[in-house]
Amino acid sequence: MSEPKKYEAALDSDSRKTPVRVAFLTRRTSPHVRTKDDALVMTWPETLFRAAVAVEILAIVLVLLSLFWDAPLEELADPMQTPNPAKAPWYFLGLQELLHYFPPVIAGVLIPTMVIIALVVIPYFNINVEAEGVWLRDKQRRMRIVAIVVGVLSVLFLVLEVWVILIPTLLVASFLFLAAASTPDSPQTFRRWLVSKPLSFWIMTWFLIQASVLTIVGTFFRGAGWIWVWPWRA
Amino acid sequence: MAKAIEAYVNELRETRLWRSVFRSGTGATSLHRALAVQQNIFLHLFSVKMRRAALNVSVTWYLGTLSLATFLILVSTGIPLMLYYHPSVPQAYADMKDLQFVVSAGVFLRNMHRWSAHAMVLLVFAHMFKVFYRGAYRTPREFNWVIGVVLLIITLFLSYTGYLLPWDQLAYWAITVGSNIMSAVPLLGQKMRFLMLGGNSVNANALLRFYVLHCVILPLAAILFIGIHFWRIRKDGGLYTGEGKTHE
Repeated sequence: MSEPKKYEAALDSDSRKTPVRVAFLTRRTSPHVRTKDDALVMTWPETLFRAAVAVEILAIVLVLLSLFWDAPLEELADPMQTPNPAKAPWYFLGLQELLHYFPPVIAGVLIPTMVIIALVVIPYFNINVEAEGVWLRDKQRRMRIVAIVVGVLSVLFLVLEVWVILIPTLLVASFLFLAAASTPDSPQTFRRWLVSKPLSFWIMTWFLIQASVLTIVGTFFRGAGWIWVWPWRA
Repeated sequence: MAKAIEAYVNELRETRLWRSVFRSGTGATSLHRALAVQQNIFLHLFSVKMRRAALNVSVTWYLGTLSLATFLILVSTGIPLMLYYHPSVPQAYADMKDLQFVVSAGVFLRNMHRWSAHAMVLLVFAHMFKVFYRGAYRTPREFNWVIGVVLLIITLFLSYTGYLLPWDQLAYWAITVGSNIMSAVPLLGQKMRFLMLGGNSVNANALLRFYVLHCVILPLAAILFIGIHFWRIRKDGGLYTGEGKTHE
């Protein structure tokens, strides 16, 4: 009898069971392949139970809202009597606020179309997929481009007196420049975090803040004749 | 007592009738649990196992699940509302008053539909931003992101068409403001607005069009794209759990 073998040859792709293996990492390896945590649980009951709990909590919140807060119902529709201000549903009030500053073809057509196109193409740009910090390479040239873009936009909004866009734009831009003045080995966590953020992060964050500000202003800060009002004084 | 009920239920589950409906059988084994998912038409879009890391609340905040939940609440409150609603002028408004004063729990039904609709718009937006900030749109999930954008637009149109149906001042002028934006589209603007409203202003034709869009066309489109969205999650390798993260 020969001695039992102390090893066995096998083909395995489980990185935890057989950590020693030859791996070829190309530049375009998909995120899926790189995922290392592949501990699995049963969908039933683990996933479905958690989902049910989440849905229950939401349903309870909505039921409580509905019990104590009635949906608005005004007078019968009357084409002869225009309320002042006439407001669109809240998710379009950002657009309505834009219409206050720009001609309809820009605010009502061009900007929404560009937003939708921009959203659709996000995953198709390699710069978004690689998600490298915006200042980590080619810093000088990028700084020139960003400075020109921010400068031109700021002057434009300043001349048009669009404060609700100018202020958020300058706010995001100042953090972008703070990121430029920081290094990946900065002692401050926040600045290290800023440096690691790619261009898409900055554009999307600008869009998120901008859309929120416009919507909130359109909803709460606009009265008759679309004049600025303070909601707590109305 | 509890034991007797449990025994009875277990006995019921072994009957020929029960087994003809639920073929997977019952039990606490992994096989039975896998079959419970795989043999069920509503659950079989799920894989029978999922990555543990994908279930952490911090990963998704369950925003996709909650978006679907609001959609289901909207369907299940919307259908009873249809029983009390005539899409005609001025009866539509009278039906709102009936919901308020005549129909049992009519106010609750309408409140639930209204607040769930607002919640759905919010949740769908939140879901989009969460997916973006996690980078979950990356290869191989780019097309599912595009489907998601389509679903966002469908959600907005669903909410917008529903906004007109109460036929009160709020509804009428909100839709008037919204549809005026559309007429700013170069060349086709006026024609598109006419097509949407069935006339040159918001009137009874517009109400009927919005009703059909709101109750038939857009929900069917939503169900279709939700189906594709979920199927693609599975086909694109399950929920995104971040790359290169190691959990020991």
